[in-house]
Amino acid sequence: MAHVATTTQPYGIMAEFDSPEALIEAARRTRLEGYRRFDCYTPFPIHGLTDAMGVREAKVPWTVFICGLIGALFGFGLQVYTSAIDYPLNVGGRDLISWPYFIPITFECMVLFAAFGAFIGMLAYNGLPAPYHPVFNVPQFARASVDRFFLCIESRDPKFDPERTRAFLQSLNPISISEVEP
Amino acid sequence: MQQAIRAQAVQEAPLFEGEQTYERITAQIGDIPFEKHPIGWTVAFGLGFAGTTLLIFAIAVLLLIGLGIWGINQPVAWGFAIINFVWWIGIGHAGTLISAILLLMRQAWRMSINRFAEAMTIFAVMCAGLFPLIHTGRPWVAYWLLPLPNWLAMWPQFRSPLEWDVFAVSTYFTVSVLFWYMGLIPDLAAVRDRAKSQLAKVINGILSWGWRNSAIHWMRFESAYLLLAGLSTPLVLSVHSVVSLDFAISIVPGWHVTIFPPYFVAGAIYSGFAMVLTLVIPFRILYPKLREYITMHHIDMMAKVMLATGLIVFYGYMMEAFFGFYSANLFEKYMITNRMTGPYWPVYWALIFCNGIVIQALWFPKVRHNLFWLFIISLIVNIGMWLERFVIVVTSLHRDFTPSGWGMYGPTFWDWATYIGTLGFFVMMMFIFARFVPMLAMAELKDLWYRLYGHRGGHNGHAPAKEPTHAPTSGGGA
Repeated sequence: MAHVATTTQPYGIMAEFDSPEALIEAARRTRLEGYRRFDCYTPFPIHGLTDAMGVREAKVPWTVFICGLIGALFGFGLQVYTSAIDYPLNVGGRDLISWPYFIPITFECMVLFAAFGAFIGMLAYNGLPAPYHPVFNVPQFARASVDRFFLCIESRDPKFDPERTRAFLQSLNPISISEVEP
Repeated sequence: MQQAIRAQAVQEAPLFEGEQTYERITAQIGDIPFEKHPIGWTVAFGLGFAGTTLLIFAIAVLLLIGLGIWGINQPVAWGFAIINFVWWIGIGHAGTLISAILLLMRQAWRMSINRFAEAMTIFAVMCAGLFPLIHTGRPWVAYWLLPLPNWLAMWPQFRSPLEWDVFAVSTYFTVSVLFWYMGLIPDLAAVRDRAKSQLAKVINGILSWGWRNSAIHWMRFESAYLLLAGLSTPLVLSVHSVVSLDFAISIVPGWHVTIFPPYFVAGAIYSGFAMVLTLVIPFRILYPKLREYITMHHIDMMAKVMLATGLIVFYGYMMEAFFGFYSANLFEKYMITNRMTGPYWPVYWALIFCNGIVIQALWFPKVRHNLFWLFIISLIVNIGMWLERFVIVVTSLHRDFTPSGWGMYGPTFWDWATYIGTLGFFVMMMFIFARFVPMLAMAELKDLWYRLYGHRGGHNGHAPAKEPTHAPTSGGGA
């Protein structure tokens, strides 16, 4: 056992499927089997897949919400500061903080910040940019962006065992199984 | 019941032409950047490039000599620059409508045209933004429009719609680019995986940020994509509303109208769909494989949206006339009479002809399915919407409140050169886009195909070839 770990621990073991249904079923069974550190790779988003994997999070929506809030406060604050504090200009006794006039720019700043939150948040949580990733070492993996559906159980999973994990993946009836070099 | 109706609709109006596979979708669209481009591409690009050269020349002369080379004067200080600004930005709006609003409304037909329409948005907004910039007369100090601390200790006037425009248009451009580019990331990764040359692999690899199609990544991607759509929807409405407020907040007769914001937004979407059709019909001829994805059903839907928004615009024209006569205000009444019978009467009636009469042909399915006539109508609509902005800007301004301030406006050679130049720039950018970037959203098309027809032919003993009767499920976003 220990002799494998010291030399080259693989990144994981990858199974290839050819339909979304097969992959969803495989993901469900992988989770039932007790694996937690695994990921699926699909050419397009498949609904129900993350549910089958037991992944649930709302980091992106929260990030967008908070960024939008900051944007709105920034936009409104900018206008209040410039028109009422830094350079108050009294025009016929009109309100310095004429807030209805500040709404359009407040709104635009909210949208701008929230959009950056969505874009940068998505990339950041996904750990992108990723100049190198072991999954690309599998030759068949090029088809993950075309028409094949992959499941990879990673070696950092506590339940990972080269032989048993391979046998388990074999029982899911995949097209192929490959070891992913780190 | 609902399901049955939808299933029937899918069969009658296919969103795909012919049998597809994921492999086929990827190959058809993803290989375009690597294929030899058709001769039509070179011709169109050449024309666009010539136009861009003209644009650069016109701007250079403008910067050397000054705004005097344009036809603007007192009282018509807003000539071609503002007409073209509003026209271009309106064209951009259809792209956002297709990509964002139709996504939120779960319209399956948007999937095939959204990438294309979003690209159109970005290039149209580039052309739009140029005009107010050079219309300032001193574009090298255009940064005065931004709230930057400076030695004058002055800030922009945030109560002015012109300043709102700065924020609205720059936000709109930025968000459109983010939305478009984010949708491109998985497709660029697919192109990276197909690329044979090392250079293409590296460039697409960098541009796709090392995207690896992970399910968890897709989950966050979809969430961000949907949120961007949700943000873009009120944004696009706000942008053209703000543009209309540039006019409506003033007291100029013909501009000071409460109907302006919705009427401008409808007009924007209307002209934008016309431009999408103007582009899609030739592109379908140039790249015949696009016909498998942009089917007659898509064309039909776009024509229908054009008709619907066109009718709203026409209603706006009728309301403008009604307000003018009903207002019991001398200036308002004179304004509308002057539009109809004054020196610019041919422009007004040409506008009514283009936007009121010609589009009625779209009621007939035969016209909506005839690409030639649809193309002609889309050109007429583009012209009509340009004339609309001409009428709004010029006829309202050229008769000032006192006859001593009256004048006439006519464009000069340089006005036309700048306008035609931006048309060339737009065409050039569209063809560069078609050359280097997957023109249709491959991942979304594969997703759509899967949701419509299910997975065909499984090795794993799952679902061997369902009949194509499945309607798109209501679940799921992109």
